[in-house]
Amino acid sequence: MEQSPTSWGRYPQSHAACIVDAAWAHDVDLSRYQSVIAYGLGRSYGDVCLNDGGTVLRMHRCDRILSFDRQTGVLRAESGLSIADLLRIVVPHGWFVAVTPGTKFVTLGGAVANDIHGKNHHRVGTFGRHVRSLGLRRSDGHEHRCSLTENQELFQATIGGMGLTGVITWVEIALIPIASRQIEQESLKARSLGELIRLTDESDDEWDYTVSWIDVMQRGASLGRGLVMRGRFHEQVDGTLSGPWKGPLLRVPVQGPSWLLSPLTIKAFNAVWYNRQLSRLSRTNMDLETFFYPLDGVERWNLLYGQRGMMQYQCVVPSDGGEDTMRRILSTMQGGGISSFLAVLKKFGTLTSPGIMSFPRPGLTLTLDMPITGRRMFDALDQCDRIVHGVGGRVYPAKDARVPAAMFRAMYADVIDRFEASIDPAMSSSFWRRVTSSTKAIS
Amino acid sequence: MKSLSVVVIGATSGIAQPVARAYASRGATLFLVARNAEALSTTASDLLARGASRVETMLADVQDSVRHDEIVRAAKGTCGSIDVVLIAHGVLRNQQEIDHDVEEMLRLFEVNATSVLSLAQRFGLAMESQGTGTIAVITSVAGERGRRSLYTYGASKAAVSHFLAGMRGRYKPLGINVLDIRPGPVDTPMLAGRPQPLIATADAVARDIVKAIDRGWWLLYTPWYWRFVMAVVRLIPERIMMRLKF
Repeated sequence: MEQSPTSWGRYPQSHAACIVDAAWAHDVDLSRYQSVIAYGLGRSYGDVCLNDGGTVLRMHRCDRILSFDRQTGVLRAESGLSIADLLRIVVPHGWFVAVTPGTKFVTLGGAVANDIHGKNHHRVGTFGRHVRSLGLRRSDGHEHRCSLTENQELFQATIGGMGLTGVITWVEIALIPIASRQIEQESLKARSLGELIRLTDESDDEWDYTVSWIDVMQRGASLGRGLVMRGRFHEQVDGTLSGPWKGPLLRVPVQGPSWLLSPLTIKAFNAVWYNRQLSRLSRTNMDLETFFYPLDGVERWNLLYGQRGMMQYQCVVPSDGGEDTMRRILSTMQGGGISSFLAVLKKFGTLTSPGIMSFPRPGLTLTLDMPITGRRMFDALDQCDRIVHGVGGRVYPAKDARVPAAMFRAMYADVIDRFEASIDPAMSSSFWRRVTSSTKAIS
Repeated sequence: MKSLSVVVIGATSGIAQPVARAYASRGATLFLVARNAEALSTTASDLLARGASRVETMLADVQDSVRHDEIVRAAKGTCGSIDVVLIAHGVLRNQQEIDHDVEEMLRLFEVNATSVLSLAQRFGLAMESQGTGTIAVITSVAGERGRRSLYTYGASKAAVSHFLAGMRGRYKPLGINVLDIRPGPVDTPMLAGRPQPLIATADAVARDIVKAIDRGWWLLYTPWYWRFVMAVVRLIPERIMMRLKF
């Protein structure tokens, strides 16, 4: 028996009854399955890509490019094509993906299903905004061509639809032009959360890409101190476009011991990271790989979290009162003994996604990686959910492995009924069963 | 300068695809033959997007040997002088699956062996006067010893390896290299649902194949360790071999 696919957090554990590798996107036949979910490269953190007891349809072999117009930057490919592979083909011709996550090892299908966002959300919105059309195989036996003008409802349900509306067979996206692979980056030190948010606001006006790393181990006035990073592509042609791609520098060979990423080591790491930059402002030029995908250099870094795995918590809250909300969330996490060395703050812009279930909303979004510890941590996150929901915010399904069903429904109350009408009866996932299992209401 | 011209028979197969991609990224002209129209056209567009300077396709079932001459003619028409022909088609059945269906057993032999001999011979004749080129054929490590679990498949691959050894002698003086590619188990749709130890990725195998063609090797074990594994397997006496269960 093959090993069951896992998600990036390696939590929860899941056992698929059946694992099928799709060889050709056009061959996918859903009539054979009772409960199936498409699986790409397993970079979502929680259980949206898992199907405990059901079928997992792996799509990574379906990675052919169906068309690429080098003049207009429109590319159509099977849904299993990774952004890593795509970039190797399009960058030399002066194109880049309009939206990229922090790893290039995601598939186009996964990018659509989770309606991913990047450091330039304030400029271009989510990935779904750049999808011109897509193919969706449903259990009715047909491949539906979906766009804003054709099968519009299905298109909007599929963007951010967590793979539940059918199997995405191909995606057509609009790329953005670049003249160089080089990024001009500035890193600014912020001594407090307030300063960090103010610097983010300022940066968003001038810079295409902004994101902040925050040291969540600090308390009191220093709470939320961190580094605001902002970048933009060089606009001059400098001949770097056909430059080489880096393979992974390291590969984590085995699961790490549980003490490796403990509160103590994380606190020490964060202090070093914050103090590594001595000046208030540091300016550098770097390759796009270093800027966008710093962690891709270490293959399987998620194994460092050891046996119990890790979790990511990502929420968005409105900008109004956002600083205060963030402070409450961070203190709650500290109270729950949660430690994280990858805590990221970003401001989402106002551009809306066509996706019905799409996660981003205008406001502040906070993302934290954390080792799974125990009950206290889960209780603290439940408390965070209540804070987030209380101000009209929500959590991101692609990162989630624990939000209670009633809370999820409450957070997505405005759209969930509309979305459910488009779910394909053959599709299901561990995530979806979890968040629809209980009907106990949250007011 | 004329771009490299590459003919791939069984172009939609799991190993052929990454090999064709490697040539596409070098700007090659590709002539592809396969029997599934949709998969073939998908493969063709993929190779064009990945940098092939030209891709032509031909829909054909290799069992249809009357069309083999047509395949060679069309390939010559597209490529002019053929730099590389890769014969990559094949099917895998355990002996158990075909044991009681002798017709099916012979069909397997026809696909894996007879059609390959026919195509290799015809391409050889067509390339004879070029004075350069490579005829590369995917066989298998399974072709070296007869084993109870896989003997029709093994025999089909052994037949081809034997044939290639002879062809090599004939074509070497004419400047044409005949390459016998012997992979171990490779993670492709052909092996779907057949879990294997020591399984290699198709990308790794494809890199080896392109390297072997570039360097003019006449025998390739891929991944490399199969060369040593098979050196040992060849030494196992038949009286022991016949008692082995695999």
